[in-house]
Amino acid sequence: MVKLKAPGFSKSMLVLGMLFLYLPMVVLIVYSFNASRLVSVWAGFSTKWYGALFANEQLLSAVWMSLRIAFYSASMAVCLGTLCAFVITRFKKMRGRTLLSSMITAPLVMPEVITGLSLLLLFVQMAQLIGWPVDRGMATIWIAHTTFCSAYVAVVVSARLQEVDLSIEEAAMDLGCTPLKTFFVITLPVIAPALVSGWLLAFTLSLDDLVIASFVSGPGATTLPMVVFSSVRMGVSPEINALATIIIAVVSVIAFIAWFWMRRAEKRRLRPR
Amino acid sequence: MNRKLFPAPVVERVRAVLFHRRVVFGIPFLWLMLFFLLPFALVLKISLTSAVMAIPPYEPVFRFVDNTLSVVVNFGNYLFLASDSLYVAAYWGSVKTAFLATVFCLLIGYPMAYAMARAPKHWQLVFLLMVMLPSWTSFLIRVYAWMGILGNQGLLNNFLLWLGLIESPLKMLNTNFAVILGIVYAYLPFMILPIYTNLVKLDVRLLEAASDLGCRSITTFWAITLPLSKAGILAGSMLVFIPAVGEFVIPELLGGPDTLMIGKVLWEEFFNNRDWPVASSLAIVMLALLLVPIVLFHRFQAREMEKHG
Repeated sequence: MVKLKAPGFSKSMLVLGMLFLYLPMVVLIVYSFNASRLVSVWAGFSTKWYGALFANEQLLSAVWMSLRIAFYSASMAVCLGTLCAFVITRFKKMRGRTLLSSMITAPLVMPEVITGLSLLLLFVQMAQLIGWPVDRGMATIWIAHTTFCSAYVAVVVSARLQEVDLSIEEAAMDLGCTPLKTFFVITLPVIAPALVSGWLLAFTLSLDDLVIASFVSGPGATTLPMVVFSSVRMGVSPEINALATIIIAVVSVIAFIAWFWMRRAEKRRLRPR
Repeated sequence: MNRKLFPAPVVERVRAVLFHRRVVFGIPFLWLMLFFLLPFALVLKISLTSAVMAIPPYEPVFRFVDNTLSVVVNFGNYLFLASDSLYVAAYWGSVKTAFLATVFCLLIGYPMAYAMARAPKHWQLVFLLMVMLPSWTSFLIRVYAWMGILGNQGLLNNFLLWLGLIESPLKMLNTNFAVILGIVYAYLPFMILPIYTNLVKLDVRLLEAASDLGCRSITTFWAITLPLSKAGILAGSMLVFIPAVGEFVIPELLGGPDTLMIGKVLWEEFFNNRDWPVASSLAIVMLALLLVPIVLFHRFQAREMEKHG
């Protein structure tokens, strides 16, 4: 029996790598409580930057805008991504399938400046030809985010679809279920966890996007990353540290809940009957 | 469908299934054609126009005046890109920076993924979540964190001064070093995840066989583990390299005036100079450069998504 332990080198790399990933975030959290504006000085504990953050109306309205766009984009991306995943995993002989699978994997790696520029040119052209969109803003950002988020959803959902037992669906169809009913009664409950994680992933991706949104947005719509970017460009800002701390805290809580659920599911699966 | 061979209800059912398939295929297909493929055609079109002071700021390619359709194609933007050393240097700088960052990601990420794949099952889940968690927070803010660390008055310089290792602050922020560090930091999870997924599926019996036949563990690694994880390494490298070539945020925040990267140049051409045709031709050339890596990545990803468990 071969020992399947990781050698010491890779173990210490894991520890160092985790430190590398987390230390900068710890620094942000610590400095969000620094009373001084400067990084070099520790002027004592203070929560005043959090107060400043919640008094910043421009930032708060950008947060609300980003949350709404992320909600709509993630919901639409789950629909489109799931359809794509179905085509890729199930319809092996369909004409046009190769083209669809190229179009759905390309956004995973496509540089954001290219995606942003190309969509903006499309919207400008559309406005000339059909008169829509008159003003770029929430709707155009929603379309752009839906398009690239669908790719990530398709990856997550197709991984789950590969594991689904086709015989149950076939049984339902043999017993007279229509394809649509089979999907809602049999397939949907089985792939629901993947849809939830795909939705969450799409939500965070949309919330985080600066470059694509900057291209396709108009003067009316300012998202959170745009506000953060214009403030960060000027240098270190304690308010942004406070914002970072809040984001990290929220994500950590969600990750902890996810871990708890997954561990419970794992234990239940392993429990002897 | 022949009605004589099949009873009517069967024909109905097959029709229903075919109709559903067409809808399932048609909706995402039309969406992606309109919002993914068509835009690239437009970028190509506008890269062949010349800039004018108008809204939108480019000349039309097709003009229909006096019953004659005239097509004006301008290759000037591409000639301009080739003749100006700034753009050539920016492409070269991007490829070089992205390549170095990919190598460092691989050197750090592979051992991490290896240790994760060999860890006990319940720890694997914890490590996996820990690797993914940073990418669920804000990309922008994680890049920004390094501004406070690397600056002349920053944490790292203060620490090194305090240790007495350096006399005066080192210039680390706004250098190419900071850009590479930022890319490695931001993209490391995307390198680790595919390699981990690959290593965790590795057939343990192969390693046992090698050790039974007297292979030392290092030889086993080079002869078996590394070649079998090739697909994961390739996918991870493409996930880092391709977006890193077009990166804008990292060179903008961490880079200096001598940091030439094409994503930043494109952004400036578009937003500062309002030269849409030049920005479009920059995008087309970048796409052409990245075509081979994108096709490689697509082939890996399509195989991953199609295989049946």
